Amino acid sequence: MWIAYKTIVTKEILRFVRIWIQTIVPPVITTSLYLLIFGGLMGGRIGQMQGVDYLDFIVPGIILMTVIMQSYANTVSSFFMTKYNNSFEELLVSTTPNWVILLGFVSGGVCRGLTIGLAVTFTISFFVEIQIHSFIVIGITFLITSVMFALAGFINAVFAKTFDDISIVPNFVLLPLTYLGGMFYSIDILPSFWRSVSIFNPIYYMMDAFRMGFLGVGSVELWKAFLVPCIMIIILALIANRLLSRGVSIKTE
Amino acid sequence: MTLALSTDSLTKIYSNNLEALKGVNLRVEKGDFFALLGSNGAGKTTAIGIISGLLKSTSGEVKINGLDQNKHANEVKKMIGLMPQEFNFNPHEPNMEILMNQAGYFGISRAEAKIQAEVLLKKMELWDRRFDVAQSLSGGMKRRLMLARALMHKPSILILDEPTAGVDVEIRKSMWDYLTQLNKEGMTIILTTHYLEEAESLCRNIAILNDGDLVEQTNMKKLLLKAKRQVLILDTIEKLTNNISIADCDCVVIDDTTLQVAQGENTSISDVILSLSAQNINVSHLRSSQNRLEALFLSITS
Repeated sequence: MWIAYKTIVTKEILRFVRIWIQTIVPPVITTSLYLLIFGGLMGGRIGQMQGVDYLDFIVPGIILMTVIMQSYANTVSSFFMTKYNNSFEELLVSTTPNWVILLGFVSGGVCRGLTIGLAVTFTISFFVEIQIHSFIVIGITFLITSVMFALAGFINAVFAKTFDDISIVPNFVLLPLTYLGGMFYSIDILPSFWRSVSIFNPIYYMMDAFRMGFLGVGSVELWKAFLVPCIMIIILALIANRLLSRGVSIKTE
Repeated sequence: MTLALSTDSLTKIYSNNLEALKGVNLRVEKGDFFALLGSNGAGKTTAIGIISGLLKSTSGEVKINGLDQNKHANEVKKMIGLMPQEFNFNPHEPNMEILMNQAGYFGISRAEAKIQAEVLLKKMELWDRRFDVAQSLSGGMKRRLMLARALMHKPSILILDEPTAGVDVEIRKSMWDYLTQLNKEGMTIILTTHYLEEAESLCRNIAILNDGDLVEQTNMKKLLLKAKRQVLILDTIEKLTNNISIADCDCVVIDDTTLQVAQGENTSISDVILSLSAQNINVSHLRSSQNRLEALFLSITS
């Protein structure tokens, strides 16, 4: 099982590294533009947010958004492609258990999130001096965020029938949730109604914890910020494993 | 008799209510070279899909080397190597990686897989293309790559779904030789093909599926004996006249030196040649106008 797991993860890493111009370069360019526009040009006029400079405030959000989008994109595109070119049959005829397949694809998503997250952090370091409050909090938040969105991407890929189906969720669900999860602002500045709405957005908790890890400031207690995504991970993992076991959209019914 | 594969009352009804298999009882002996024939849509690929674990059956039982497929899924999967009809690899992956990954999915270490991949790629004449991506290969090369992949985990049963479709004559011959060698070494081979001469020359036993039913399952020689009338085409040295006759046979003169003879049930080829010789006609070449198995297949499935 360990060999099968290692094989899937290696294959996944090679896949996104092989197409680095599509996977690594665009987020780095987007990040630079975000920092230039929101941080450099507009940040000075906004002043401070939660007691820190605006440019420093948006840095954790930009990194976490990259991790979310990349973890999701890796599993959704990779698993969909294995369905599309029927290469998933290579796994179906093998002795690899379903949970190892799932773990392998999710780990691939986590690796892409980490690789591109680090590339983006490195790029940001040219624009701003990055502060680190707690490596442990940053590490835990990164891990649970990437696992959760890699799982979500996997489930999306199971149901996807066309290439359109794999881009709908990232564009129409993930991106708005990320923006509304406090990436560019603290939810403390929102009217009470919208503040109440925000607490149902799981990305808000991750964003808050990640910012705590970098800047030491946050609105939510850390245990709550970790608990919400952990519950989501358990639910998503159970759904994904069930879908694989039943062969939904993989084995012809 | 030790069975490599047995299916009991195997049925498959797809979600669109298509009944692809209607209670199929297949028996394949260990070490056999077995042909599973049928026209398009007869249920061959469905049967192979179920046997190899790609599809779920609606009902019935599959046993591989005596083990129930549902109760011993992993043991059974290790015993089966599948070369499917459609290309089912990632076309952007290098050929060597495709084989190494397949071995990895079966829990085979990289060191061991590397040795096996080298042996198979050399055998399939793909060693020089090992670092190329699969999409750069020709159709025949892709088929050989899939055969190599099916053999990576050293299965005892090899299932080949149309293995030589699109493969040129020379490579097809070398694939036949290789498959024959594997079979002699003890591997059970189950073959589906539309090239009936391929099945006739390679396989010892045969089953024919027609519209989801198993309509024939027998020894190849016994089946071919049922082909009572064979139509021969003879090229003659001497010019032919229109009054050629051979006892118990129907003769048609096609041109000056070509004669078509429909053999009678009790007439041998020697009888035909002797009869012509008695009429001062010598035969330079002889061929069958239609493959015997093809004629039988058409009569069984029509």
